[in-house]
Amino acid sequence: MCLSVPGRVVSIDGMTAVVDFWGVRRQVQLHIVDEPVAPGDYVLNHVGFAVRRIDPSEVAKTLALFEELMAGGSDDLLAAEIHAQLGGDDA
Amino acid sequence: MPDATERLEFRNRDQALRLSERLAQVVARIGRPLAVMHVCGTHEQAIARFGLRGLLPADLDVVMGPGCPVCVTDQPEVDEGVALVRQGVRLATYADMLRVPGTAGSLADARAAGGKIDVVYSIVQAVELARRSTEEIVFFATGFETTAVTTAAVLSGPVPPNFSVLSAHKYIPPAMEIIAETPGCRMEGFLAAGHAATITGWGVFEPFVARHKLPVVVAGFEPLDILAGLIALCEAILAGRQEVINCFPRCVSRDGNRVALDALWRVFRPIGGRWRGIAHVPDGNLRLRDTFSHVDARSRFTIDLASLWEFAPPSLTAACICGDILAGRLTPVDCALFGNRCTPSDPVGACMVSTEGSCRIWHDYGGRNRSGETL
Amino acid sequence: MKPFVPERISLASGAGGRAMRNLVESIFLNGVTSPPGAVGADAMDDGAAIPLGNQWLVMTTDSYVVKPLFFPGGDIGRLAICGTVNDLAMMGATNVLGLTCGIIIEEGFARSDLERIQASLQAACAEAGVHVVTGDTKVMARGELDGVVLNTAGVALCERVVRDCTLQPGDRLVVTGTVGDHGMAIAALRADVGIEGDLRSDVAPLRSLIAAVLNAVGEGVTAMKDPTRGGVASALFEMAQKSGVSLLLDGPAVPIRHPVRATAELLGIEPLHVANEGKALIGVRPEALETVLAVLRAHPLGRDAAVIGVVTSGRPGEIVLDTGMGKRLLHEPEGEPLPRIC
Repeated sequence: MCLSVPGRVVSIDGMTAVVDFWGVRRQVQLHIVDEPVAPGDYVLNHVGFAVRRIDPSEVAKTLALFEELMAGGSDDLLAAEIHAQLGGDDA
Repeated sequence: MPDATERLEFRNRDQALRLSERLAQVVARIGRPLAVMHVCGTHEQAIARFGLRGLLPADLDVVMGPGCPVCVTDQPEVDEGVALVRQGVRLATYADMLRVPGTAGSLADARAAGGKIDVVYSIVQAVELARRSTEEIVFFATGFETTAVTTAAVLSGPVPPNFSVLSAHKYIPPAMEIIAETPGCRMEGFLAAGHAATITGWGVFEPFVARHKLPVVVAGFEPLDILAGLIALCEAILAGRQEVINCFPRCVSRDGNRVALDALWRVFRPIGGRWRGIAHVPDGNLRLRDTFSHVDARSRFTIDLASLWEFAPPSLTAACICGDILAGRLTPVDCALFGNRCTPSDPVGACMVSTEGSCRIWHDYGGRNRSGETL
Repeated sequence: MKPFVPERISLASGAGGRAMRNLVESIFLNGVTSPPGAVGADAMDDGAAIPLGNQWLVMTTDSYVVKPLFFPGGDIGRLAICGTVNDLAMMGATNVLGLTCGIIIEEGFARSDLERIQASLQAACAEAGVHVVTGDTKVMARGELDGVVLNTAGVALCERVVRDCTLQPGDRLVVTGTVGDHGMAIAALRADVGIEGDLRSDVAPLRSLIAAVLNAVGEGVTAMKDPTRGGVASALFEMAQKSGVSLLLDGPAVPIRHPVRATAELLGIEPLHVANEGKALIGVRPEALETVLAVLRAHPLGRDAAVIGVVTSGRPGEIVLDTGMGKRLLHEPEGEPLPRIC
């Protein structure tokens, strides 16, 4: 529903930042980000506004989460199945 | 590294294939067909654009929900815009809205008939337009809360005296309730919209989970995000866990964006209203609060909807099943109009207009037919 | 069903996609006839070809309206020459006899801008090795026209006409360079969203590039089209539909420059849907492929040439795009590409 694109802040002038999106730059308004934003930070842009500062450590966490999901682990699945059977009525 | 390559990482082909294998395993464990719903058109766009449908297990039905704010904008809301244009008012709006059919045609029709309509990418441009002009400029504002907060941000600051807003903004959480409460709803879990959750926070779905005993996964929009989100959702279904799982932690926190939410509720109030094809959605529409009536086009102008009464709504509208499609009950190929009487060049229903509409996506990218065959 | 044309013509009807084809087919081709043995207007190819002795006389005409008139990489003058030279080249007609140029100017238009357009037009002629041999000038009252409109027509000779409707299963699809440059540069400017970056039009005359390819492999080239308005998607769709074949595209193989890709993401515009003004799509017999690629890549305008797909015998007009993760249909653009929020 909402086309949003992450980019890296290049410079900031008041409430307006210049953000680099993978090779092109444009101005982005900072009125509604809820964290201090500094050059070098990543922000999520929607219709010309930064709606979120993206924490780089969270990007790493997301990738780790994918690894975890991919690995899955048959033990977990088995446990999940038993869990499901035990609490079967609300499954 | 969240660098230029970040987007690439979330589009890695090998990882996508591994995730899809894993998803197949989990679905096989569940051992029966199941349906889940995503409530965001951008999810469907990404699934279609990257050709992910072919990677989904046959037993997993990923249903498109009412996740496109353009599609659910009802005829009377389009009519208000068209009426204003016909009254000679200059309107600025997002390109997405141009071709949504109203009772007396779309905004694009109104423009072809001589109306003054400017297409903008951001509300900031509409304000600039007003600043450079002496004419009254009405910004026809659409979009879910993600977009509404940008309208709120602008209205929270000084705007030119000739600028006002016609709000057709929508608030998504109540729509999920409507779907879950639909009798016979076969959805076993929901994939919630990551970008909207950036604003609301994932905590907003906790009461929903408690009420409906269904898992909700907040997911991003890159191919890996979607596949990972589906795995998490199916694992929760398998384990019988009813909880909110945040698979988009790089953008979504529990409490959301406080600054944006403060602006949102300072400027807007939720009211009930019809969503096209769906139903009356309590608290689903965002209207300007009375304290902002000076910038509310509905207060500033007498919108002459009566001028459109001579136009009967197109008779084909009666055969349109957008509502059932948006509610996940039917798919585009179930519609008798799909692809023949209703096409992107001559849309009957809003789902064929928006690039996020289910029918448009199926028409353009190919969907999945009843036998489960893709394309 | 009759193609849909709205009661009042909308901008979408001029954007090169489905809406425009509907307009042309249902209004302008109504009752149109062609001279015997000729490739006429009803063929809706890049130009017309009329038999003349043992040769073909190829003609084409095009009008140019572009906002802004001057853009990174070119201007309306360069566009008007390259567009017509390229349409001739796509028919296999690289022996250009002459061009015409008509110009309609709005009252109040700056003389300096006219001089700039004329200089650019002449430079493009020199680059392409062609001549404007006749022209026409009109001025209209202020407000009756937006700035300036150009029309060029071209006449050329060739021994063999290359069509856009003659793809055969097994042919490889070659694009002569990066995709989406012109359209994305214009879309970014027109959206007025202050996008800065290395976005520039690819507008260039393809005459010598195409001549080199045709000299090298002759009938190894089965079909050609330049992906202008409507972009690669629209051009491929037309080629596939007219040829009665389907296409399998290798998405990751399509060359797209980073700034174009980034702007596409930002504005929600598909790079395959926007115009190119210095590129050709070429259907090539497999045995000629290596030569074609070598010839293209040896030319400055063909350095980034790539094989982007193969012609198959599936449903006529169907274009299947392999995204690298899965397959989907590639659709024809509806109308003008506009930035979207969702």
